[in-house]
Amino acid sequence: MDAILLQILNGLDKGGAYALIALGLTLVFGTLGVVNFAHGALFMLGAFCAVTVNQVIGLEQVTLDPNNLTPWGTPVEIREPYIVSWLGDTGHLILDYSVPVSILAAIPIMIVIGFIMERGLIQFFYKRPHAEQILVTFGLAIVLQEIIKTWFGANPLPQSPPTALRSAADIGVLVGFNPGEIVYPYWRLVYFVFSALVIGGVFAFLQLTTFGMVVRAGMADRETVGLLGIDIEKRFTLVFGLAAVVAGLAGVMYTPILPPDYHMGMDFLVLSFVVVVVGGMGSLPGAVAAGFLLGILQSFASMTEVKSILPGIDQIIIYLVAVVILLVRPRGLLGRKGVMEG
Amino acid sequence: MVDFLNPSRRGVLKGGAAIGAGLAAPTIFSSQAWAAEYLNKPTGDTVTFGFNVPQTGAYADEGADELRAYQLAVKHLNGEGDGGMLNTMKPLTLQGNGVLGKKVAFTTGDTQTKSDAARASAKRMIEKDGALMITGGSSSGVAIAVQSLCQEAGVIFMAGLTHSNDTTGKDKRRNGFRHFFNAYMSGAALAPVLKEAYGSDRKAYHLTADYTWGWTQEESIKNATEALGWETVEAVRTPLGAGDFSQYITPVLNSGADVLILNHYGKDMVNSLTQAVQFGLRDKQVNGKQFEIVVPLYSRLMAQGAGENVKGIFGSTNWHWSLQDEGSKAFVKSFGAEYGFPPSQAAHTCYVQTLLYADACERAGTFMPCGVVEALEGHEFDGMGNGPTLYRADDHQCFKKVLVVKGNENPTSQFDLLEVVQEVPAEAVTYDASIFGGELGDCNNGV
Amino acid sequence: MTTPLATARSDLILFGAFTLAVLTMPIWLVPLGAGYPDLMQKFAIYGLFAIGFNILFGLTGYLSFGHAAFLGVGSYTAVWSFKLLGMNPVPALLLAILLSGLFAWVIGFVSLRRTGIYFSILTLAFAQMCYNLAYSVLTPITNGETGLRVLNSDPRALDHLTGQGVVDGPLVSNIFGLEMNGLPGFYFCAVWLLIGMYVSIRIFRSPFGLMLRAIKTNQTRLNYTGISTRPYALTAFVISGMYAGLAGALLCVTDPLAGAERMQWTASGEVVLMTILGGAGTLLGPVIGAGLIKYSENIFSAFHEQTLHDIFGFLPDGVEGVVVSVAGLFVGEGWHLTLGLLFMVIVIFLPGGLTSGVRQLVQMARRSSGGSGRSGGDAGTAPQAAE
Repeated sequence: MDAILLQILNGLDKGGAYALIALGLTLVFGTLGVVNFAHGALFMLGAFCAVTVNQVIGLEQVTLDPNNLTPWGTPVEIREPYIVSWLGDTGHLILDYSVPVSILAAIPIMIVIGFIMERGLIQFFYKRPHAEQILVTFGLAIVLQEIIKTWFGANPLPQSPPTALRSAADIGVLVGFNPGEIVYPYWRLVYFVFSALVIGGVFAFLQLTTFGMVVRAGMADRETVGLLGIDIEKRFTLVFGLAAVVAGLAGVMYTPILPPDYHMGMDFLVLSFVVVVVGGMGSLPGAVAAGFLLGILQSFASMTEVKSILPGIDQIIIYLVAVVILLVRPRGLLGRKGVMEG
Repeated sequence: MVDFLNPSRRGVLKGGAAIGAGLAAPTIFSSQAWAAEYLNKPTGDTVTFGFNVPQTGAYADEGADELRAYQLAVKHLNGEGDGGMLNTMKPLTLQGNGVLGKKVAFTTGDTQTKSDAARASAKRMIEKDGALMITGGSSSGVAIAVQSLCQEAGVIFMAGLTHSNDTTGKDKRRNGFRHFFNAYMSGAALAPVLKEAYGSDRKAYHLTADYTWGWTQEESIKNATEALGWETVEAVRTPLGAGDFSQYITPVLNSGADVLILNHYGKDMVNSLTQAVQFGLRDKQVNGKQFEIVVPLYSRLMAQGAGENVKGIFGSTNWHWSLQDEGSKAFVKSFGAEYGFPPSQAAHTCYVQTLLYADACERAGTFMPCGVVEALEGHEFDGMGNGPTLYRADDHQCFKKVLVVKGNENPTSQFDLLEVVQEVPAEAVTYDASIFGGELGDCNNGV
Repeated sequence: MTTPLATARSDLILFGAFTLAVLTMPIWLVPLGAGYPDLMQKFAIYGLFAIGFNILFGLTGYLSFGHAAFLGVGSYTAVWSFKLLGMNPVPALLLAILLSGLFAWVIGFVSLRRTGIYFSILTLAFAQMCYNLAYSVLTPITNGETGLRVLNSDPRALDHLTGQGVVDGPLVSNIFGLEMNGLPGFYFCAVWLLIGMYVSIRIFRSPFGLMLRAIKTNQTRLNYTGISTRPYALTAFVISGMYAGLAGALLCVTDPLAGAERMQWTASGEVVLMTILGGAGTLLGPVIGAGLIKYSENIFSAFHEQTLHDIFGFLPDGVEGVVVSVAGLFVGEGWHLTLGLLFMVIVIFLPGGLTSGVRQLVQMARRSSGGSGRSGGDAGTAPQAAE
């Protein structure tokens, strides 16, 4: 029982991450009609926003200790973050919370990156074949990750969650389990709540604002909206920016769970496409539902009990589910007819 | 009849020479003289080494560090710089004027940590650049694939970082040599230390990367710990590159195990360790004992990636820059002076392999692979870090001290992440060469 | 439009020129630094892979993201044929084509029930399942991470029958003693490339090819006229799967090792990129795209600081340092960056890939020189939207 509950928690957590990444992707698919292979790179850039913020606020004052030499003969460096020498304990606190703090920086940065990408490149590809969209965005993804690699190296760069959230919460006790049976890391709980908030925020934005109404109308039938005299293209830039922000925030908050490296975008790319397609092209609720569904199924498939019956099932479960769903439901869970089908 | 049709075994290029010469005799083919007694015999005043390292993918930083070490080795061999370990290596035949009077040149390539790409890259070095020796790599799959290629082509392979028992076990080759230690030696070195630290009544839970290296390590560590009296509760295979390991970590919580052994390397290890610590495993008490995590194969770059999560966690490593023997000090000094930071264990093993190969050529008086093989087999040396070392003739595995390390609780610098707990002597990790099977076969000169 | 007769003649010229170019590769590739057997073999093999992929994608518009699976199946079949039957490449190739064709039929039969991106994801899912299983639980068949190799202890029944069973050196695939590595190996692959190219031309010009193009142009209309398109698409899928299997087997003929990474999605993606880069739907494009990507992979990655200093040694010292450090970003560890930029530049400035870019240049030149008529040298279909 406790094992199953824990796997459900894992699934929700994983699903939150999948849904966040897939959400932006399907937004761009649905409104702009662009197959964006650089979406994983946006996720990666978000994660590196957190790294950059951490490095900037953790900028160290380097003093040399001439009495103490390294084995290769240079003086030992004594490093102290400027922020600590200036602000004392407040400095420590800000450093400790660098991941949540970097959300503040990531939002404007990701908007700018999204705008530049859309205005500088993507807008010229709205009317081009999907194959060419794939080629150009894949090229862009490689270029972006290579730039990150040149700057930050290829090794993962660990980011710590705030000290208070570093350990695991004994949440089983709250619902009557023995102490220590159901424990779950605070940060993963935070991530789940965060993803739920962001998903809710995006939906609210699309449901409740005029802008969102036009975007939804555009997703449903771009031509008609165009005929109504609404310049949908102007709003594309904003939609792309929004998608970039969502992907970026998913990346920022994921850094304590997965030490970011330049390749993490590619690692998530295939998975996010599978999630979007299983959810159904152009359907935001579909993407979210598929994210959670795949997350939970993946968690269950990894249980030893399951693996002993079906060896290797955890390796292929995502793809197996994708195949089954696409065969049973031609357009994924909630896809509409005619979107990216022909 | 068959013999008539089947000319003697030729190297990769010999057949090429015949038809190439018939067509237009492009320069690279005509340089392959029919009379050469071995493939790529250097005719000019240089000899070419092939440095085949991961430049892209998850191990790119490790590859970059290997390349730094190689370039430093070439410098030292050619008599530039401060000479590094050439000052401490014993016995030493090299004279600091290149190898056998020829300057060392090199060619580099990207293995991408994929067998196919690594072999393509090594083939280019052999076929196009005339490399006599291929070295490098950061994973066992690649090492084994390139080693067998070098055997077939007829050049020497000096393995870089490869930890699987298979490299010098069931997949060993006469033309291939490994300086790095292996999973068996990790187990043998770690077990007594673990016993001392954690006692002999422990229940271990293994998470193992689901591919050949992971399996050999799981087996070796299991055997070593079970011999101590530890019980293995469960050994779970995890997909390579899983990213999020939470679904494999939660079952550990209530399994009754009190030690988690992570048979992961690279990114997998960084992620699984980080996440295991977040799940509070290290704060847990099970069976009245403190829960512990062990990472059998450590590297400083991985420790860097896992950050503070490595603190206090035991593992083994081939070499560490804080060692205080003359060889290590000399190497750290010249590497640090050149690049501004200490070398990784991958850099060390690659540097040493290059010097060992060059020295073997010098001693053999030839670059001919069979001559070099003979010079390296059973060779005993010292002053290269790790104390007195033997290149065992039976399986081309080096036997030397293995380091048991622990994540440093109070690092004094960003490089000071591991603390050497014990230098386990070579005798304690030596095993019978026949236990892993495999055949060395005959050496191949490529003609 | 060109007349059928003119098309036939220009096809003949095209094929003749292609044959000449392929067979003389050991000569004209030398100044480019690519004239060594292994890379030329890779050119031929991946060219073949891309030609096959183009029959599906270029003609029908079905974008498969799982063709690497067939390459892998072909490779494993070939090595198993070496292991069980012997080192002769002919049975290995035949079995590989057969088995990968069968495999493609099964996967195609299921995947072609969907279109557009749903089809792409289905093929991707199948290929990823193959890859993940081959890497882990199927290790007894595939030898996992290390890759499947031929060992001296393998049965190799035919070899033993003909008395070639006992070999003291390495095991290399051979036809009656002619070893399939080095240049003979290249020419062996080149022959298959030419056969593959010829078949591809015939398919492009056949009524079958016309039908495939019709699927791409408007599948719905075809369906309304009462034509069931699926058998045609499935045939194209199986044919391209067989090309991939053949290419995979040739990889093992020239180097008897089959690794699981060959089936990873990045490998599937690579053939997609090759085809689009060269020009989807054109005859020559995929081969050129394959050559370009393999060339960058093997040549750009091999540069290091030393070679750069040699190249730019003629510059004054200060300038040289700057040039070398800038150039260093794009080669060696940075060769991926070059590849990414290449993708972007080509697709931005040469829509339709390299071949269509060249064709546009030719047309511009003709127009400016007052000539008329279009170049008949190519297949003539500009790539269409995959929608």
